[in-house]
Amino acid sequence: MAVKDYIRERFFPHMWCAGCGHGIVLNGLIRAVEKLGIDKSAIVMVSGIGCSSRIAGYLDFHTLHTLHGRALAFATGVKLSKPELNVIVPMGDGDALAIGGNHFIHAARRNINITAIVMNNRIYGMTGGQCSPLSGYGTLASTAPYTNVDQSFDVVQLASAAGATFVARSTGFHVQQMTEIIQEAILHNGFSVVEVMSQCPTYFGRRNRQGDAVDMLKYMQKITTPIGSKAKEQNPELIERGVFVRKELPEYCSAYDTVIRRAKEGK
Amino acid sequence: MGKRKLKELQINREWCKGCGICAAFCAKKVLEMDELDKAVPVRTEDCVVCRLCEMRCPDLAIEIVAEEQIEEEDIG
Amino acid sequence: MSNNIRFVQGNEACVEGALYAGLEFFAGYPITPSTEIAEQLSSRLPKIGGKFIQMEDEIASMCAIIGASLTGRKVMTATSGPGFSLKQEALGYAIMAEIPCVIVNVQRGGPSTGIPTHVHQGDVNQARWGTHGDHAIVALTASNHQDVFAMTVEAFNIAETYRTPVVLLFDEVVGHMRERLVLPEPGEIPIVERLRTSVKPGVNYHPYLPREDGRLPMSDFGGVHRYNVTGLYHDMWGFPSDEPKIINELLHHLMDKIEHRTNQLARFKEFYTEDAECLLISYGSSARSAREVVEKHRQRGERFGLLELLTLWPFPSDLIRQKAAGARLVVVVEMNMGQMCQSVRLAVDRPERVFLSNRVDGVFISPSDIEKTLHLIQGKGV
Repeated sequence: MAVKDYIRERFFPHMWCAGCGHGIVLNGLIRAVEKLGIDKSAIVMVSGIGCSSRIAGYLDFHTLHTLHGRALAFATGVKLSKPELNVIVPMGDGDALAIGGNHFIHAARRNINITAIVMNNRIYGMTGGQCSPLSGYGTLASTAPYTNVDQSFDVVQLASAAGATFVARSTGFHVQQMTEIIQEAILHNGFSVVEVMSQCPTYFGRRNRQGDAVDMLKYMQKITTPIGSKAKEQNPELIERGVFVRKELPEYCSAYDTVIRRAKEGK
Repeated sequence: MGKRKLKELQINREWCKGCGICAAFCAKKVLEMDELDKAVPVRTEDCVVCRLCEMRCPDLAIEIVAEEQIEEEDIG
Repeated sequence: MSNNIRFVQGNEACVEGALYAGLEFFAGYPITPSTEIAEQLSSRLPKIGGKFIQMEDEIASMCAIIGASLTGRKVMTATSGPGFSLKQEALGYAIMAEIPCVIVNVQRGGPSTGIPTHVHQGDVNQARWGTHGDHAIVALTASNHQDVFAMTVEAFNIAETYRTPVVLLFDEVVGHMRERLVLPEPGEIPIVERLRTSVKPGVNYHPYLPREDGRLPMSDFGGVHRYNVTGLYHDMWGFPSDEPKIINELLHHLMDKIEHRTNQLARFKEFYTEDAECLLISYGSSARSAREVVEKHRQRGERFGLLELLTLWPFPSDLIRQKAAGARLVVVVEMNMGQMCQSVRLAVDRPERVFLSNRVDGVFISPSDIEKTLHLIQGKGV
């Protein structure tokens, strides 16, 4: 494995806390890209704001570190302008689904060939542990000191309903599955969403008494199960992992090529 | 399935932040944390080159070098 | 060349200018009174292999054009009042990351949703100060369709030359009024193309290291040079930095590259200014009425003159001070509560001779409105 071929080594060690799940996503993403053998100059990584978005700076691709929540809007411009580029958009849960929620559902609706990776650690880490739209009812956060009464989104259901044509979920514990899913998501011709459950031991773990990074990964192992497993039938509370949606619909940039053809023919 | 053999298990001590994920989940207990909270290989002879420590390291601080490259390719 | 003559709306003149300048990518969102620009481009761009996209809002439109610009395309978005407010966040990003792009704001009445179908010029200061933090901006305007065309081309040229967003601040009257437009022949107006780096593959390319002439050659995303772009303070490679020296130098660079060229960027027209005792200063559609007033008074032998500004920002203070030097009376004609009048007062000597002639009820300011102000001023004994 030549992980170092894909990173900007001078910025390491990275800025994330010890045991941060985002590092595992970085790790898995590099392996996925390496296995696919994509030229680094053919990849544009567009990120927003938050702990998650710093992933772009560490990778030796064309990298665009943008505004909070807006990464998919910037990425849409990049992709439509130059469809031959592989566009990957790593996002945090707040970034993707609170401030960026509108861009998220509309990118999914358009089915533009972008790979969105939602690094879901259920918290705003960069600003010190405020609750996010994925923190969940009953959790604790610096802005939910008496427990959070906000219900959370289900990323998979939201993305599927919005029209994403590839939707999957994995965790920082299930690294092989995560890497394989990211690979498939990049190859998928359409809007793909990969939710990776990522641990934030510093804010979410500590405040919600989930222990350290190791404990949090063990917990992810315990509360998740492959899609359609027997375990799920017995315990409906379990969170399913795997590929939920894999379908073909006209991809936006290809569809726009038809518009160009019609315009040129005068129809 | 041919048995893979470890050639080298490198820990980048500059990058390791000591989270302990590698040591905690190694089925063969190859790794331990030292007094400075850095991962160290202690039972490399037991390593089965599953590479999970390498893949789960959030710090990209672990590099596994396997000996039987040809066999590894066969396994895919 | 009769086939070069069009009878169009100002919004269409803007579209023609943008295409002449080499526009290839447009992202927008419907909003009155700018919508015709998006409608026209949805039809025109694909014909030349360009791209048009209707985004989910104005925020996304602004972000999308920045992304497209980084792939090497000439880009534009268009909006009005509330949409211009939404664009401020990403406009600041384009300033910080030095992304060439053009933003059209066909002004309507504000604040808030205001009066969508009526004219106002209330976004002059927003164009300058709308996004947070210290920054410089270029904003151009025009009062007639030939100038709308020319200033649109100019906006692209300035955006590419200085790697900066440029705001085109038109207004509802100019946008919707129909008049004659003569399309220039290709090559008649010079076009500035994207300056790309000549640094060879494998050699270190610095996206934020200015050349000796101050220009920053770009490298398209997808090309051989992989670098970082961020809205954070950044070093010459585009990587975030919190070093005081880097922060200080970058902010000065962003300000100076525009502000130090204020005189060079000042586009204007003047009518009888040399000996004007009463100097009218105006811009956009209100300059049409101001011109009418000046012509009428000149016919009567009265020394009236008009300075019509085409560049609103950076504010051409030197130009105004100079042109107003000999005037006994300076009257700023605009359709807001005196946004430009305030800047004129700061620019000239003896600011007590500067008066505002305005109209803010959504009705176009007429020559007789201006005459009424002149009467009032004279009644005060000026």
